[in-house]
Amino acid sequence: MELKTKINAGDGKQELVITREFDLPLELLFKAYEDPEIVEQWMGTKVLKLENKAHGGYRFETSDANGNVVFQANGTIHEFVPNHKITRTFEMENAAFPVQLEFLEFESLTDDTSKLTMQIVYKSVACRDQVLKLPFAQGLNMAHNRLQDIVNKLK
Amino acid sequence: MNLRRDVFQAIADPTRRAILLLVASQSMTAGAIASNFDTARPTVSKHIQILAECELLEQEQNGREIYYHINAKKMKEVADFIEPFRQMWDERFNKLESIMKQYKPKK
Repeated sequence: MELKTKINAGDGKQELVITREFDLPLELLFKAYEDPEIVEQWMGTKVLKLENKAHGGYRFETSDANGNVVFQANGTIHEFVPNHKITRTFEMENAAFPVQLEFLEFESLTDDTSKLTMQIVYKSVACRDQVLKLPFAQGLNMAHNRLQDIVNKLK
Repeated sequence: MNLRRDVFQAIADPTRRAILLLVASQSMTAGAIASNFDTARPTVSKHIQILAECELLEQEQNGREIYYHINAKKMKEVADFIEPFRQMWDERFNKLESIMKQYKPKK
């Protein structure tokens, strides 16, 4: 089966490109990026601010079940052209990762399908690889936690 | 998806990682593998069984002995650290897609 989401991360490059084809008309795809309430739903984070315009900014914040803030991110919007493109920065707060630059391009494929191309530029090759490895490391942590859970149940 | 988690669980254990390192360069019997550990033989057998179930180890019958060797293809798949990153985005986009399929414009 053809993968719907593809990552192109060339060796030794400080950027990567994520592409995804959606079974959605272009307008609906763009809406999911424009409407803060919808962004909250699919990103799984609270949207504190989302100013969809040049020189605008945005802020995301995620809390765990106990109300502790576990993730904060923010950025500046450089370009916002409805149904066409968004250029913005993205920075995780209280994290060791430098800010990254994101170019999002939205295009219509047919009346009912659309495509998103997301080019992300990092400060260095090493930074890019570190960010890429994050979910991999989390997968390992999850495995550790699962083992711990199993061990705890045996006690 | 579950299979992948199991693979991660399999390599998360230090003893199992040590077993994978041992058989990386040569095929070994369960007994030969166990002789490298202070752990009780049945415990080591259990680890070998888990690694075999996840297809990280392959079995090879040689006469009366069963030899184990590393499944390079599977190891490579796990080592492909980009895949979890891709899956993270894939899951996000799947969610976006299903939300927008239900979307009703406000009147």
